[in-house]
Amino acid sequence: MRKFALTAIAAAFALTAFNGGAAKASGDAPVPAAQDWSWHGLFGTYDRAQLQRGFQIYKNVCSGCHSLRFIAFRNLEGIGFNEDQIKAIAAEYDIEDGPNEEGDMFTRPGIASDYFPSPFANDKAAAASNGGAIPPDLSLMAKARMHGPDYITALMTGYEEEAPEGFDLADGKHYNHYFPGHQISMAPPLYDEAVEYTDGTPMTLEQHAHDVAAFLNWTAQPELEARKALGIKVLLFLIVLTAMLYAVKRKIWRDIEH
Amino acid sequence: MSAPVWNNAVVKWVDDRLPVFSMLHHSAYEYPTPKNLSYMWNFGSLAGFVLVTMILSGIFLAMNYTPHADMAFWSVERIMRDVNYGWLIRYIHVNGASMFFICVYIHIFRGLYYGSYKAPREMLWWIGILILLAMMATAFMGYVLPWGQMSFWGATVITNLFSAFPIIGDPLVTWLWGGFAVDNPTLNRFFSLHYLMPFVILGLVVLHVWALHTVRSNNPTGVEIKSPQDAIAFHPYYTIKDLFGMGVFLIFFLFFVFFAPDFFGEPDNYIPANPLVTPPHIVPEWYFLPFYAILRSIDFTVFGVPAKLLGVLAMFASIIILFVIPWLDTSKVRSSKYRPVYKWFFLVLFIDCFVLGYCGKKAPDDYFMGIEGLKVITVGQLATLYYFAHFLVVMPLVGKLERPKPLPASISQSVLKEGANA
Repeated sequence: MRKFALTAIAAAFALTAFNGGAAKASGDAPVPAAQDWSWHGLFGTYDRAQLQRGFQIYKNVCSGCHSLRFIAFRNLEGIGFNEDQIKAIAAEYDIEDGPNEEGDMFTRPGIASDYFPSPFANDKAAAASNGGAIPPDLSLMAKARMHGPDYITALMTGYEEEAPEGFDLADGKHYNHYFPGHQISMAPPLYDEAVEYTDGTPMTLEQHAHDVAAFLNWTAQPELEARKALGIKVLLFLIVLTAMLYAVKRKIWRDIEH
Repeated sequence: MSAPVWNNAVVKWVDDRLPVFSMLHHSAYEYPTPKNLSYMWNFGSLAGFVLVTMILSGIFLAMNYTPHADMAFWSVERIMRDVNYGWLIRYIHVNGASMFFICVYIHIFRGLYYGSYKAPREMLWWIGILILLAMMATAFMGYVLPWGQMSFWGATVITNLFSAFPIIGDPLVTWLWGGFAVDNPTLNRFFSLHYLMPFVILGLVVLHVWALHTVRSNNPTGVEIKSPQDAIAFHPYYTIKDLFGMGVFLIFFLFFVFFAPDFFGEPDNYIPANPLVTPPHIVPEWYFLPFYAILRSIDFTVFGVPAKLLGVLAMFASIIILFVIPWLDTSKVRSSKYRPVYKWFFLVLFIDCFVLGYCGKKAPDDYFMGIEGLKVITVGQLATLYYFAHFLVVMPLVGKLERPKPLPASISQSVLKEGANA
């Protein structure tokens, strides 16, 4: 019976494992290289400095076209900004509010409870300004793409100035190794020294890509640190409890032939 | 079995009017359970535990969820970000669905291996299949609620299957949708039904346990309880064993919740539903993949019946067939432990279901496990053929032709013999 069960389980796992490994390379895009992220592992946490650098990139580069609809200024506490800094950041943005007593909409400086405003009034406006393509919202990008942050990093660094010979690149499109179909509407957004870091981190394209991907992983999973910290406690508790239950089970069954 | 005597005055007062304590006593202390149940018998109570977990987490999610096409996705993100421990409740619910199917599938395979569907347990088995069907409907509608890309397109593909039926097909689909496409009315009714169905499942579970307590548990030998030595009381022996199993299971379950919460999910469902953009690969959740493979494997017409209708019928038949296996199985022996030939066919069926799952995940024109020239659709067709052949051909024939190993005289005897061999 035991050998039989093992055969069954081994066969089942072989199929499942193979599925996991090979299934993901969608189309002809290569699988992005696995990066070393600070939040990996059971005890992983975010690197606040990196998230702030990533935010700086979003603010100075990405936000020109991409919205971040699910993030409010108050959430920036999660990447290490204090209340005053958050108020200052929010105040840099113009937020449409209203209607006022006269029934008119008006614009005011942002406050902590406001959400990041979208760069375009609607999808039609976004498409009109971007050659027909709608720049997607970035809040959940790290969860909405296979390989999440690895993919984002690869996409940022995967541009080629010239499409390979024989590749028919449409007008206004750019060649990217990692984008499905290789034709992407977004022009290469990052380059060396695209953003000026103040903490001495090298301002290379790779570093920029890495940092913005980390920031977007935070926007997608702001609960990650709380989740892992609670998870460790819960699992430790359960392991002790289960061991004790096993001891009780042994004791209760001691005199039963089974 | 004499009625228990209650010493506590309050307990006695209540019990004389509504015998809840007598009932508990009857089903825990007096209920005889075979003493040789293996850990494979833990998964029924585990599935019941997951059902309760799903209902509770679901109730709290519903307090914060908005079933409207324009707001559903946003409200789910609010749960994840702004509701206190909302991420925990939602991840428990999302992973709980997978855990429910893991428990129930193991439970079903255990029943198949040990012949738990055979007389006198046919009704118990039937109710189990009804629970599976109700679970599938519930899971499918629940997956639509976040209103992501896979929610929307999954709902579109699956509801469209009903259009395969002649004459009534199209009106039926319109009726299901509440309109001419999957839209806000569809989302609203799915939410309503998704909240209703778990209680239907709960009712079926009550019937399932009732039937169980009437015919009693099967056991690894498949030999019925013959004397009091064969059985022990459910409590404390199986309550503690179930509790220990629950501890192990919770470690497994919560590992995913805390450390890999999106393991079972599709990234596409974190993209808001967009009726104008079809995802490149529409795949159902993992627990539907074998059925999806059966559906897709029928790509031919038979006597003018269109392939789509045949596929839909085959998919439904793959579950409906389980209702009649108590009669398809001609063996006099329940447990495959004593069936040297059938046991290997069971192993093939088990692997066959994984092969079907694999084929359901892949595009039909992909190569099976990367083997050049071997298309996924072809393997899916062979696996579908075996699935049905197993029940329709193997079960009746092997039952007649096979010579089973001698059965132990009783549960006690088998226990003693195994003890002597160890």
